[in-house]
Order: sequence, then C-alpha cells, then structure tokens
Amino acid sequence: MSAPFLKIDRLSVRLRRGGEGRLLRQASIAVAPGEVHGLVGESGAGKSMIGRAIFGILPRAVEVIEGAVRLGGTDLFTLSDRERRRLVGVNAALIPQDPLTALNPSKRIEAQMTDRLTRILGLSAAEAKARALGLLEEVQIREPARVFRSYPHELSGGMRQRVLIASAFAAEPRLIVADEPTTALDVTVQKQILKLIAEMQRRHGTALLFVTHNLGVVAKICQRVSVLYAGKIVEQTDVATLFNAPAHAYTRALMAATPRYDRPEESLAPVRPEVIEALSQEIAQTDNIWAEARLAAAGRRA
Amino acid sequence: MVEPRPLHRRRSIRLWLGAAWIALLFFAAVFAGALSPHDRLAQDLMLQTLPPAWLPGAEPGYYLGTDSLGRDILSRIIYATRPALIVAIVASTAACLFGSLLGLVAGFFGGWADRIISRLVDIWMAFPPVLLSILLVAVLGPALSSVIIAIAVIDWTRFCRVVRAEAMQQRRMDYVDSAKVAGYGTLRIMAREVLPNVLPAIVVLFSLEMGIAVIVEAILSFVNLSISTDDPTWGSMIAEGRGIVHQAWWVLVFPLTCLFLTVLAFSQFGEGLKERFDPVMR
Repeated sequence: MSAPFLKIDRLSVRLRRGGEGRLLRQASIAVAPGEVHGLVGESGAGKSMIGRAIFGILPRAVEVIEGAVRLGGTDLFTLSDRERRRLVGVNAALIPQDPLTALNPSKRIEAQMTDRLTRILGLSAAEAKARALGLLEEVQIREPARVFRSYPHELSGGMRQRVLIASAFAAEPRLIVADEPTTALDVTVQKQILKLIAEMQRRHGTALLFVTHNLGVVAKICQRVSVLYAGKIVEQTDVATLFNAPAHAYTRALMAATPRYDRPEESLAPVRPEVIEALSQEIAQTDNIWAEARLAAAGRRA
Repeated sequence: MVEPRPLHRRRSIRLWLGAAWIALLFFAAVFAGALSPHDRLAQDLMLQTLPPAWLPGAEPGYYLGTDSLGRDILSRIIYATRPALIVAIVASTAACLFGSLLGLVAGFFGGWADRIISRLVDIWMAFPPVLLSILLVAVLGPALSSVIIAIAVIDWTRFCRVVRAEAMQQRRMDYVDSAKVAGYGTLRIMAREVLPNVLPAIVVLFSLEMGIAVIVEAILSFVNLSISTDDPTWGSMIAEGRGIVHQAWWVLVFPLTCLFLTVLAFSQFGEGLKERFDPVMR
C-alpha cells in the first residue's frame, strides 16, 4: 500500500461542556490515494465527526482534545486558519448528506459551481464554466445548460445530489468525504447515486472516505472499512475479511441487524444487550488506560 | 387544480394595490407644487371651514373643503406627503441598516456576540416606544431630523430580531458548511452566502417599517413634536381637525383617511412581497 493521503491519528473529540464524555476516542484512519474507505456505525457513533474534523467544520460545542489529521503529510491542526482553508479547499471536497440544504437557495447552480473553480484553482471564468458543464454531463445530467441556469429549488433531490457530486469532483481534489450521501434520497434514486459516486471515484482515482450506516453499501464500493462504536474504532480491516470473518462481536451483531435481499428468510436480530455491555467495558478500559497515560505524562512533566 | 389560481390572483391584487397607492404618494410628493390647486399656507378667513365640493355650500375649486383658517385641505394633504415619505424612507433605512447588521452578526456568530446583542434588544424593548420617542424628540428639539433619529433609535430592534432568527436558521444549513469546506472566509460567507437568503425577510420588514414610521411621525405631529413651521403634516392636520370635528368633520377625516390608507398600503405591500418570496425561498 502506498503512503496514505489522509491520515487521521488517534483523534479524540469531546463536548466542550460534556465533562469526560468523548465523541471520538483515539480514532485512527488512513486512506491511500485512490482507495475507498468505508466508515460504518450506528447513529451517534461519531461517523460524521470524523468527516467534519477533516474540514474544520466541527460544531461549535465540540473540541478536539488530541490527535492529528494529516492531509498529504501536513498536520492540519498546526496550520493557521487561512492556510488550512486553502489546503483543504484545494485537496479535499465534501459530498454532504442532505442535498436539499447543501446548495445555496438564492444562487444559480452556475455560480455555485464556478465560483469555487475560479477561486481555488484560479481558472478563468470561461474555463471554469467549461469544466463545470463537462462535469454535469459526466454525472449524467441530461440538459447541463438548463440545470446551470436553474436555482436549486427547481431541481429534484436526485438532481441536486448529482450537482453536488459534480461540484465535489470539479476541482479534482485528491480526497472526497461522502457523508451518508444517499440517506436523504428516495430509495429508487439511492442506487443510481451510489453507482455514480463509485464510477466517478474510479474514473478520477480520488481517495474516498465513505461514511454510511449501511453495510450493504460498504460491501459494494469499499476496499477497506472501519467500524465505529461510541467514537471508538472497534474493527478496521479490508472488506473481504470483514464480511467473511468479522473479528469483533459488535461487527457480527451489526451484520445480523442488516437486512439482506439474498436471504429474506433470515429474521433480523437487534444488537444484544451482552454485546453492548461488553462494548461499554471495552471503552471504559481504553478510557482508563488513556487517563493513566495522561497522569503519567503529567507526572513526568512535574 | 381549480382552486390555486384565484388565490394567487388575490395575493397579487394586495401587492399591486399597495404598490399603486405608494406610487401615487411618491408622485404627489414630487409634483406637490403642480398638483395642489391652492397655496398650502394661504389663509382666508372668508373661506373658513368650507365643506368638500359635493356638499351644499361648497366653493368651487376647494375639492376637499378648507380648515378653520380657510386653508385648502387638498393642497395641505398633498404637501404633507413629503414629510411622511421622507421620514418613512430615511428612518426605515437607518433602522434597517443598523438592526440588520447587528442581527446578522448575532445570528451568524452566536455565542457571546449573540448574548450581548440579544440582551441589548431585550433592554431596548422594555421601554414603551411611543413614550420613548416623545422623550427623544423633546430632548433633540422638534424637527424632522429628530423624528427620524427617534424612529431609527427605537425600531432597529425589529430588524435585529428578525434577521438574527433568519441568520441562525441559515447558518445551520449545509451550504454554509460547504462554503467553509470550499475555503471561503467568514466575512464572505456572511455577505455572499447567508445575506442573500435573509434579504427577502429584510425587504418585507422594511415595507412594514415604512408604515410604522408614517404612523409614528403622525403621532409626534399630533402632539406637536414634529416639524415646527406651518408646513402641513397629516398628524398636525388631524390634531387641528379634532377640535372642530362636530362642525367640520372633513378637516379630520381626509388626512386621517390618507394616513390610514398609507399605512395599510405599506403593510399590504409588505405582506404581498412576503407571499411572493415564500414559495421560492422556503
């Protein structure tokens, strides 16, 4: 495996006023150039926090307490605000969860797509327009010129998600974070969008961090996967291993709770209380080790 | 498929009637000299309290009658559109700029900036507005500029509250995050991404505020705290007419009707705008 482009190192995040509770517990993820890395977990596991930490758009109430996010070897937390915005703006893009609110309602699609290109890549207006139109075609929008002139409310949810995907790939970033990009869409559209993202990723060779709660999606498009529970990565492996021999009890429970079209006769099992109990203990243990390490470090300093 | 059409037309009528009356006022204000049949200040004690043209005893040429000093009411009403519109425009603009700016900062940044600005608004709103404006004008001295300052100083809170709420709502939208991801700075996001989405609310409020400003000016004129010369305002005309309403109702009723229609026109125009914006923006 080549050197990772995105490297998240022991990232911990907590609520500013939440005491010792943590939203992320020393999460480490590495994504190589061109690799698709799945990030799965249930609601509230901290999946989106990881994406948000990369872009520096964590909610105000949340703070990073340790760890590093490296993009092409540069630690983002050591940069000034302006430098970080520039580096991230050029190298990474986000496909957001909700296409209904991710486009500015008062601006035409044209302005929203080309502003970024002229600003970030320094393209001329004509070049930016040509590139954006080309991308709209690439995401299989039939009348790119018409969509270009439209306001977001004139487009359907699926169309808007296509526009957002085109936007994300337009600046040729090296990393794209897709934050549950199909969750807010109609079931009928979900599949097309998923296929589209996978195709675009392959064609452009972009590294992709795919945040989802759907293991089926992971099986389809990811090479590696991290399973997140309560902010802790409980299992990290390649997709084949995960599905053939899930190592962690929680992963197995998660699989048992996922509906499968190929085996409709199997009934779904909720995650059993024992598994949750074991998880809580595991997490408490790491928190303790961590607290001790911090105490020891403080002792050394003293 | 049958119903929506007439509904939409009714909304439009409200917008266009409001706009028509406002346009008429502007026309009257600009061409007051050419439109008014008599000198607004000329007194003629031979022509005291003449009734309007369609009543017995009317004098030809005095369409809406005369007041107790024999001044032509129509001419005075036409000239009074000037102070009314000047106050409406200047005071509303000042209140709008100041209030919207603070509201945008409070709503977009939140945190301590929001806390300080919101407390300020709370304190401001605890003062009774009419009393405060009378006090302010009394201190500043009766003049049109004092009236404008008083209205702006009191009414910026309206803009501040509404813009703050809108900005808070917009801030949570993903497109703001997307703009951050794209590397845009805070100021540019505020001015170019969030502000255009708050603008419809500001425009609607501005129209409503113009109506309010016209009323406040009339109130201050009524208690003799607006312009100090003989130049007519609707408020001072109403005050004059009040005393003789039993002998000459028209001295009171015509300026009052004008005031009423103007305030109604501004509010209907604002509501019409709101409905027009709504399906697009929400």
